[in-house]
Amino acid sequence: MSKFQFPDSILSRPVYGTLAPRQGKSHLMIADAEGAEAILDLAARDAGLMSNSHIIYIPKGTDFAPKLGALSVAQLYVGPSYEASLPRLRHVLANAHQGLQVYLAGTEGLIGQAQNEAMRAGISPTSIQTEHRGSVARRMQCVHCKGITEDVMHDPFQCAHCGLHLFVRDHYSRRQAAYQGVCVDAEDPGSAPDPVELYS
Amino acid sequence: MTIQFNEETFRDDYSFHNSARAIKRFPFPFHEDSYMYSVNMEQHRGGPEGSVYENRFDVDEHYLAEMRDRAMVLADDPLRCQSLPHMTLAGWDLLEVIMVSKSEDYPDLFELHRDGDRWRWINKPMGIDDTFTFLDETTLPYGPMEYITRQAQGDFCILDQRDEMLWMDAGMITTQADWSLDFDIGMNFFEWHAPVPLAHELGIFTRALKFLLNIPQGAPARRLNWTMTVNPLLDTSPENYHKWGIQKTSLTPENVGSKQHLRVELQTFFRLPRSNALVFPIRCYLIAFQDLVSMPKWGRRMHRVLRELPDELATYKGFIDNRPMMLDYLSKFDDGQPTSPGVWPDPETEPPLNTEIRNHTDGNSVDHNRSA
Repeated sequence: MSKFQFPDSILSRPVYGTLAPRQGKSHLMIADAEGAEAILDLAARDAGLMSNSHIIYIPKGTDFAPKLGALSVAQLYVGPSYEASLPRLRHVLANAHQGLQVYLAGTEGLIGQAQNEAMRAGISPTSIQTEHRGSVARRMQCVHCKGITEDVMHDPFQCAHCGLHLFVRDHYSRRQAAYQGVCVDAEDPGSAPDPVELYS
Repeated sequence: MTIQFNEETFRDDYSFHNSARAIKRFPFPFHEDSYMYSVNMEQHRGGPEGSVYENRFDVDEHYLAEMRDRAMVLADDPLRCQSLPHMTLAGWDLLEVIMVSKSEDYPDLFELHRDGDRWRWINKPMGIDDTFTFLDETTLPYGPMEYITRQAQGDFCILDQRDEMLWMDAGMITTQADWSLDFDIGMNFFEWHAPVPLAHELGIFTRALKFLLNIPQGAPARRLNWTMTVNPLLDTSPENYHKWGIQKTSLTPENVGSKQHLRVELQTFFRLPRSNALVFPIRCYLIAFQDLVSMPKWGRRMHRVLRELPDELATYKGFIDNRPMMLDYLSKFDDGQPTSPGVWPDPETEPPLNTEIRNHTDGNSVDHNRSA
């Protein structure tokens, strides 16, 4: 099972639901890795949805793409990375019509970034659903150098940009689509504790 | 001019200092010998003459030095001042309320001359004399919020109000107690307060939000908040925490009186007329422990408050490691005598420190768990 039950946390930490079929003229589904399973579940609940659906999918080394291909959707894009899919995603959002439903599934980094794009394009938050699947890795912003480190699995971790050892906070910014990383050994340089896997 | 502005710094050699007048008017935040969160709001309609509450925006001896420090912070990190696109009108609202208030409250320092939308603003201490068109951004060197808050002490958050919620959508934040505008911008009231311990469970933020949403035009409110800072450092930002955090470890029993500062925020809340946004100035006042204890009541009370403070709060406020050293120092100024109610120092009526009792408790003040 690719679903993870996150423990209760602070109020800025996002919470995710379960994708449900909704009435809409068209449907945009964006997923990475195990997020494909959430879309397959959605299709199982309402196969009629898929003929008006556009799926943007980033496998990240998983092999769900053929299963998505078997759904007979209107459009399916399988891309090598979220960044590579962005021009397409922005084009689709810019040309979207009233009544579009957006479904986001997979890792927190994918969900957060795609949600940002959708909201910037003027999609109402009430038309966007999210479901977390797969890795609990986080997209982290270093509060010191502002650099983003993707797919952080350990706390503390080393900033990919400035090299500081950062503590993984639950404080989350929708605009950055990232959690905040703060220097863990500022008061005793060199004392960073050994990294521990998140939720281990 | 009525105010002598200090030549001082909030970094490097830390030459910041408070005059005798500044000590006496310091906004001491504890009205009793203990502290817990509360929605401690009151109306911001003046206060005793000479107090920091007297005027809508207090201008004091630190004005010019604080503005110099702000300019340095912004040069290093322009992201400390941000305004989302829909907040420009609120920025003009803020510019107006500050210019009108300061020119009325400090006519010897500030002048505002208005001829329709043609405005002339004179800031004598900073040597500024600008003429501009109100609501025309192209006539100012910065956006309206940045322009006026480069000339006003304290941080400024401008909160948009929609969907029965407040949103942190603009701000000038260079003297913050460890939170990042760049990260928090766009968050709602509960989200940007999310990291604060205990207060959510106590219902503090729900009640505070209800109060703030209902602040009307012309009836500003205020409250005090506080923390501790080693060295008189204004820029205790998370952005620079990897640089300043180490200073916390420089505290010693010999220097705690001069290095350890109580940091008090005078938070005020004004409804803005055109945008219906809420501006939330956060004015920071610093006082060294050695100056604080020159008021016998404050010395006694500070010791008792810190001694009884829950560990979660001492941790969140970032001084749990230094608390024993701070208490050792402060215990020398607590002779166990009762304190008068309220925040004022009452130097004429409060008894001086009884050194007999002080010497008695002085020798072995390691055991801070003595019940009060």
